[in-house]
Amino acid sequence: MIPAPFDYVRPASVEDACRVLADAEAAGDEVKVLAGGQSLLPLLRLRLAYPSALVDLGRLPELRGVADRGDHVYIGALTTHDEVMRSGVVREHVPLVALATATVADPAVRHRGTFGGSMAHADPAGDLPAVALALDCVFVVRSSDGEREIPAAEFFVDYLEPALGPGEVLLGVRVPKLGSGWGFHYEKFHRTAQAWATVGVAVAVRRGDGGAIEEARIGLTNMGPTPVRARVAEAALRGVAPSPAGSNGSDPLREACAQADAGTSPPADLHARPDYRRHLARVLTRRAVGAALG
Amino acid sequence: MPRITVSVDGVTYEEEVEPRLLLVHLLRDRLGKTGTPVGCDTGNCGACTVTLDGRSAKSCSVLAVQADGSEVVTVEGLARDGRWHPMQEAFHAEHALQCGYCTPGMLMAAIDLLRDDPDPSEEAVRRGLEGNLCRCTGYTNIVRAVRRAAAEMSRAPHERMPGAAEDREAAAS
Ligand SMILES: Cc1cc2nc3c(=O)[nH]c(=O)nc-3n(C[C@H](O)[C@H](O)[C@H](O)COP(=O)(O)OP(=O)(O)OC[C@H]3O[C@@H](n4cnc5c(N)ncnc54)[C@H](O)[C@@H]3O)c2cc1C
Repeated sequence: MIPAPFDYVRPASVEDACRVLADAEAAGDEVKVLAGGQSLLPLLRLRLAYPSALVDLGRLPELRGVADRGDHVYIGALTTHDEVMRSGVVREHVPLVALATATVADPAVRHRGTFGGSMAHADPAGDLPAVALALDCVFVVRSSDGEREIPAAEFFVDYLEPALGPGEVLLGVRVPKLGSGWGFHYEKFHRTAQAWATVGVAVAVRRGDGGAIEEARIGLTNMGPTPVRARVAEAALRGVAPSPAGSNGSDPLREACAQADAGTSPPADLHARPDYRRHLARVLTRRAVGAALG
Repeated sequence: MPRITVSVDGVTYEEEVEPRLLLVHLLRDRLGKTGTPVGCDTGNCGACTVTLDGRSAKSCSVLAVQADGSEVVTVEGLARDGRWHPMQEAFHAEHALQCGYCTPGMLMAAIDLLRDDPDPSEEAVRRGLEGNLCRCTGYTNIVRAVRRAAAEMSRAPHERMPGAAEDREAAAS
């Protein structure tokens, strides 16, 4: 279908964009920010949204690019998925981001879709929000009132609802470097190529000198109205020494990961019922932890 | 209405467009480039794939105003001097189409894939064409065709990628 009519604004700077958004808010108009358009344009075509205007951030170079900032990697909101995947800084210092981004959509969508757009869209089926949660990323946001920072744990408020006010623009995301000794994996289960995750699991694990797990961080995709941390499984994994499956068939990792769905409220849809998603979360978490341990 | 300048298959157009006009509708309805079909409403099928400043994009998920100042190549811009692009030749030779609806998008996505990976494995071709659906399920021949074109293009490296900066330089010199 053809979208309903809207006005189009191409701001010259971030300040300009914030001003347009603030004016629209004051006038009671529903204005939407346009980044890569890979989620927003399909929504407009299906007439699921009727904004009066789009504010296109696509030509603001200051919102684009990856920077190594010592203890973290800063990813500008308008950096495309393709640029994120190709970034040497991302691959070296925050490999979990590169691994998960490579599973997003398909090459053509990744050429246009953006890192920030995936976060601001706040789709619990999106692959990157769970990664942001697992890594405790920090979201840098600006409005005409100034800049503020939002921790990942507070950013994903509800289904398709980020903690962004109507006048706020996401500038970029700080992704903490976890340092040495960590292993990473993103395990995505989907039925067909290019599809969204039925369930996805983002894992970072660190082993101590003795080989036992000292810390595990697990973010779950599509296990509720927002991405969620599998806190119970994280705690259960602490101190577990991964050993080859015992001759008696015991697998301490599997036992810990069997709690991956604790505290989640997975949705029911065409692809899976909640109980099946719970099963997937447990199995995929075991696989992801195993892969992250190497 | 916004006025845009866009180059399509080597010709520059200046157009006044409604903001809601999709790039694919600019191509088809305004410029007569009906070689690029519309297959779906969601950005899933990839039939409308073109290259936008040298990289593949689904033209149903781009506004015409977003393409202002850009260079677009459609399936209609692939042939040179009356000769098909090697990817088109290979699709013909391997019978990589049945109904043909997905073919323009498949060709554009396949050419984009070879830019990153000039000699893709079967697995890499399947992954690279993930965003392009063939409802006739003719994937086997499509994969074969892409690998054939890759071999052909490595033998004749002068065969060019559409919309690449180096092409422009070569064309200028
Ligand atoms: C066929 C297809 C398959 C896909 N498969 C997957 C998949 O498997 N996994 C996955 O994670 N994603 C998938 N996606 C979505 C893709 O990752 C999108 O790129 C992403 O969700 C949105 O990014 P965008 O830049 O296109 O944002 P847009 O579509 O431009 O915007 C999305 C929303 O975020 C807001 N927004 C965007 N940027 C900002 C900003 N800087 N500040 C404030 N608000 C902002 C917009 O107002 C809008 O509400 C798929 C998309 C398609 C079309």
